Amino acid sequence: MAEESRVEAATERPSRPAGDGPRPGGDRPRYGSGPGGGRGPGGPPREGGRKFFRRKKVCKFCTEKIADINYKDYRLLGQFVAESGKIVPRRLTGVCSPHQHRLATAIKQARNIALLPFAGRVQ
Amino acid sequence: MNRTYELMFIVRPDMADEDLDKLISNLEHTVGAASGAVKKVDRMGKRRLAYMVHKFREGIYILMVIEGVGSVIHELERRLRVTEQVIKFLTVRVDEEQKRLDKIKKLRDSRQKRSAMPTPSVSVEESPATGETPAAGVPATA
Repeated sequence: MAEESRVEAATERPSRPAGDGPRPGGDRPRYGSGPGGGRGPGGPPREGGRKFFRRKKVCKFCTEKIADINYKDYRLLGQFVAESGKIVPRRLTGVCSPHQHRLATAIKQARNIALLPFAGRVQ
Repeated sequence: MNRTYELMFIVRPDMADEDLDKLISNLEHTVGAASGAVKKVDRMGKRRLAYMVHKFREGIYILMVIEGVGSVIHELERRLRVTEQVIKFLTVRVDEEQKRLDKIKKLRDSRQKRSAMPTPSVSVEESPATGETPAAGVPATA
């Protein structure tokens, strides 16, 4: 199709036409959406936000109405920690900003009291 | 003007029970002497640590909830630092957080009561969070 001759990243698969709302050139990760996959063709797997919309992830704490993010419940916190022990960014987990701050504080407190590791796998 | 603190500390796993009790009662006396109050003592038992602390892989976790001024915690922490069996401690101030949680709880309870009433007009007003479309993509596949 003719759209492919536009200036896009060369590796993009055929995408939707241009009248699609604000979309960056395609090489900056969009806040709020991760790698595409919601609509249209599957999209490049595991690349930082291209033109494909990810179905908007919702904040787990907002939907389940969890008000208390405590350092003591390491199981809940462990869901937001990567294999390496790092805190997962909110564009991947879909957590909203105030909850992400509280989550980060709680994870850091839990790390200090040896409930979560600083680095390495969460048991 | 009393503040509420949560003090969690870890004790070496090979400590005897009665020594642990002695330690805890010592701490409680310290709190009492400094005109504070111990609300709760929770022995969370032996747990595996996420990383090695002083060459130990396991430890006995104890949680104390204390009400008092800041100097109470200052004194407690000084004692914990000196005690050899205590390998790690963490103090968190919780009164502001507790106030916030209580406010949310009260708000939620009052909302529930309103919707439990038999008036049909307020039935939709439940909570703002779930009101909006949760996931903006129930996407029409192209």
